[in-house]
Amino acid sequence: MTAATLALDVRGLWKIFGPSGRNGANAIVGTPLAQLPPAELRRQTGCLVAVRDISFSVGRNEVFVVMGLSGSGKSTLVRCLTRLVEPTAGTVLLDGEDMGAADARRLRELRRHRFAMVFQNFGLLPHRRVIDNVAYGLEVRGTGRDERHARAREVLDLVGLTGHEDSYPDQLSGGMQQRVGLGRALAVDPEVLFFDEPFSALDPLIRRDMQNEVIRLHREVGKTMVFITHDLHEALRLGDRILIMRDGEMVQLGRPDEVVGAPADDYVRDFVADVPRSHVLTLSWVMRPAASDDPLDGPELPPDMIVRDAARLVLSASAPVRVVRHGELLGVVDSEAILRVIVAEDAGPAADEAVPSQRSSVLGR
Amino acid sequence: MTTVAVAARSSPWWRRIGRPGIVAAILLGWILLGTVLQGRDTLGLPTTDTTALHDRFTAVRDWVDSHRNSSPFFVYFVDGIRDFVGGLTGFLQDLISQASFGRPVPLVGWLGVVALATFGAYAFGNARVAVLTAAGFTSVGLMGLWQESMDTLALTLAAVLLSLVIGIPLGVYVGLSRPVERVVTPVLDAMQAMPTLVYLAPLALFFLIGPPAAVIATLIYAMPPVIRLTSLGVRQVNEASMEASRSLGATRWQILRTVQLPLAKRTIVVGINQTTMAAFSMVMIAALIAGPGLGQVVLRALSALDVGRAFTGGLGIVVLAIVLDRVTTAASERAEATYRASGGRRSENTRRWLLVGGGALTAAAVYLSASYYWASTFPGPTRGGVIGFTIDDAVNAAADWTRLNLHDVTSAITAVVSYGLINPLQALIAESPWYVVCAVVLALSWTLAGARSVIVASVCLSLLLASGLWESAMVTLTSVLVATIIVVVLGVIFGVVLARSPRIDLVVRPVLDAAQVLPAFVYLVPFVGLFGPTRLTAIIAAVVFAAPVVVKIVADGIRAVPSAAVEAGVASGSSRWQVVTKVQLPLSRQAVALAANQGLIYVLSVVVIGGLVGAGALGYLVVAGFSQSELFGKGLTAGIAIVVLGILLDRVTQAAALRAQEREHRLTGDAEHQFDVRSARLHPAPGLPARIPTGRVV
Ligand SMILES: Nc1ncnc2c1ncn2[C@@H]1O[C@H](COP(=O)(O)OP(=O)(O)OP(=O)(O)O)[C@@H](O)[C@H]1O
Ligand SMILES: [Mg+2]
Repeated sequence: MTAATLALDVRGLWKIFGPSGRNGANAIVGTPLAQLPPAELRRQTGCLVAVRDISFSVGRNEVFVVMGLSGSGKSTLVRCLTRLVEPTAGTVLLDGEDMGAADARRLRELRRHRFAMVFQNFGLLPHRRVIDNVAYGLEVRGTGRDERHARAREVLDLVGLTGHEDSYPDQLSGGMQQRVGLGRALAVDPEVLFFDEPFSALDPLIRRDMQNEVIRLHREVGKTMVFITHDLHEALRLGDRILIMRDGEMVQLGRPDEVVGAPADDYVRDFVADVPRSHVLTLSWVMRPAASDDPLDGPELPPDMIVRDAARLVLSASAPVRVVRHGELLGVVDSEAILRVIVAEDAGPAADEAVPSQRSSVLGR
Repeated sequence: MTTVAVAARSSPWWRRIGRPGIVAAILLGWILLGTVLQGRDTLGLPTTDTTALHDRFTAVRDWVDSHRNSSPFFVYFVDGIRDFVGGLTGFLQDLISQASFGRPVPLVGWLGVVALATFGAYAFGNARVAVLTAAGFTSVGLMGLWQESMDTLALTLAAVLLSLVIGIPLGVYVGLSRPVERVVTPVLDAMQAMPTLVYLAPLALFFLIGPPAAVIATLIYAMPPVIRLTSLGVRQVNEASMEASRSLGATRWQILRTVQLPLAKRTIVVGINQTTMAAFSMVMIAALIAGPGLGQVVLRALSALDVGRAFTGGLGIVVLAIVLDRVTTAASERAEATYRASGGRRSENTRRWLLVGGGALTAAAVYLSASYYWASTFPGPTRGGVIGFTIDDAVNAAADWTRLNLHDVTSAITAVVSYGLINPLQALIAESPWYVVCAVVLALSWTLAGARSVIVASVCLSLLLASGLWESAMVTLTSVLVATIIVVVLGVIFGVVLARSPRIDLVVRPVLDAAQVLPAFVYLVPFVGLFGPTRLTAIIAAVVFAAPVVVKIVADGIRAVPSAAVEAGVASGSSRWQVVTKVQLPLSRQAVALAANQGLIYVLSVVVIGGLVGAGALGYLVVAGFSQSELFGKGLTAGIAIVVLGILLDRVTQAAALRAQEREHRLTGDAEHQFDVRSARLHPAPGLPARIPTGRVV
């Protein structure tokens, strides 16, 4: 990706919480102290590394997901990007502009026009009606009342809250409240949207609803989105790419199928253990090189086809399916490979070893 | 277990007899020495005699008086403040209470005032309190207390306005800045914890007696609650809302205006309620420095021992206090309800029309009251009003009747308390040599409250000795201790009852809340009627005044006892009495200690005011300082001695309570379910009134 297509470019970002001063939080990066394990560092300096040397970039209109367990530093990372938390070290380029160099006024300017955030706990203003909550960002900018209400009405329509303009936040359900939070962020028409676990306080059905909403909005308005979650399913549904964090460090960065198909370490493997792999993996993850005795008269499929979508064809074909890109034969996929993926997820992660023994019976059909 | 036993065997004798043993030993020694040395070295000083220190204070007063018109400090600074406050107060008085603008009557007459107050009560509160307001205002008029009530109201209003104008911005500032908070909080603590009577003299010295000094004294007392609650409100605002606002690029000012202030509004209104009630009760006491109003009526009647008049005046105070409290409480409930819009469109519309109509009617009433005599001056005789003297007479008759017929009862009570408590304690405290008392106080604070308190105690004792008022201070201390003992015993009994029966609590708690908003002053009145002007009157009034807060603290403490402990007690077959005495009371020891500490401070403020009705000692000296010019210095010293006594009692009991708490934590190892003395003290329950001295005097 070239610099012109990058919405966000993050290099060597650190955030260390703790006392400032000579041995304090801002005197650790770049010294041997920075290499210490967290517990040891804490003992020696009383500081806590919440974000450790993270670099990544986000393309325009990309949905970039940051994932990790509670306390892994996701919220801190996303707040560093907008300087709601001041980073200890590193640079953040937003659309090529150095965020760290912005003074207070410029920072406000950026916050008012270029990006917006949706919060886990909604952060609504309980004393304001829905419409005034949605229009709040515009009010802060100094937009006139009629204009901002007109815009707020448009946005409320977009997030499906028409008719609730005059309610107060505490008269709405959790899902509706988060729609208000979403509307508030959208109302200022930002280039980048930040979501900090926006749906984790909602129950599963509503969460699914809201995820669909985000997918729909992304299709309709096409924003760049940085989305924090600790829910892998959410990450896999929404993310173009996923960054996985542990204890402030980046563990893996890749497409959903990369994360599921080739976990970087046991932490990630645990994370992805109970994902329905057939929903994520593509054929390129399950194919094998064509052997000399393979019949090569089966159907053709592209390598980025999801396993689940290919399953019926592969299982009903009399010969292994050929995976082909631009006329080049990359490999073959047979029923056995497909069943291995599907059976493994039915039996759960613990059944991984059991697969080989089941294979015979499956094949004996 | 073994280690404990070994430690016990090898530890020195004073460890082995334990804390209660040491305390008992100290008391025993005191009784022995006190009996042997009774009457010696008690440092008594006849009322009209003064010491060099007192004379020096009087000389300072004379110096101030003679330089009042020449020193720029007085001419520009002190008089500037005085003129400003006096101007505001005078303006309000001109509006509603005093002949003004070249007219024989105030600008707005009674009809206008009743209409305005009722309309205001409806606009800020609701229809119920509007009716209450109309009835309350009319009834003080009927009692012949119209002008006095209006004076009281004007002074209260002036003090509240100034308190809010200064207090709310200051509170916001305190709420936004931790360093500022750390500086301001101890100052507020001191402002609230000082017995009110004490700072009247210095204020009168600088600002002369009269309405401006009364308003300034009121200001000092009434401002802390609104500062505290405003800062609390600003600080409490949900961090999530503020962060969301910041993330959209709001400036600090925008965050304050659109997020923090609106969300703090409810808490600020509670602060306004507390400030109003504090101002109202302080305006009564400011009668001592010639603050006009109902306080004057009661004060004059009390000193003439006209129980009937004092009762009527007190009744007027009670009526207005209830009106003010209900209206400001309703206002805070409305502030609560506004952003819920739960009333629905329909009732909001009705309300809007009523407001418009009511506004028009009020304007008409104000106009009438400014133009016609009948609407200006309350109907009925100027003195005594329609029913005022009738009440006076009835009460006087009733008082005579009780004195005659209940003589046996009252004298029995007097005898029991006097011979059972006051006299023996007085013999020990005030009639023992000063060095014996000092030694006992130091030894007790060492055992119960630790080494740090010994330092505080010795400083306080030295100051008391230096004041030349040792014996008076000891007499006051005796009354305070007697009242505190009684109030704590009652508090424990009723606290247990309340804590064990939610149904009784439901009925009694509102009564306790209401009792707490009344000025300490009015509690004296009925007991003067029953017991005459004696120190017992002051003690009983103090008990009644302090009882609500003590009962509430004990009840809350007992309720905070973990239910698991109670269940364990019940399960092991304890009787109800055993559960109370063996589980609930021991586990709420800190609450009782805290109640004693708060009780002491409440009691002290009333016992001092009791000086007005014959309780003598320090309180009387303060009052005498106002009336007799040559005793000014002595009165001032007495005021200082009261503060010192208060600090001594407060610090030592507080340290003892904290220490009990720590011991308990060490024993149970469970910090979670404990009643936290410090936080209960610094954050009184919402029902507690403004006058609670929430802080430590430092
Ligand atoms: N203001 C702060 N001061 C000190 N430490 C902080 C602060 N904010 C966060 N931390 C610490 O930084 C670490 C990362 O916290 P962060 O909130 O970023 O985690 P998270 O991944 O968002 O977790 P969650 O899923 O629970 O929201 C945690 O150990 C947290 O205790
Ligand atoms: Mg988080």
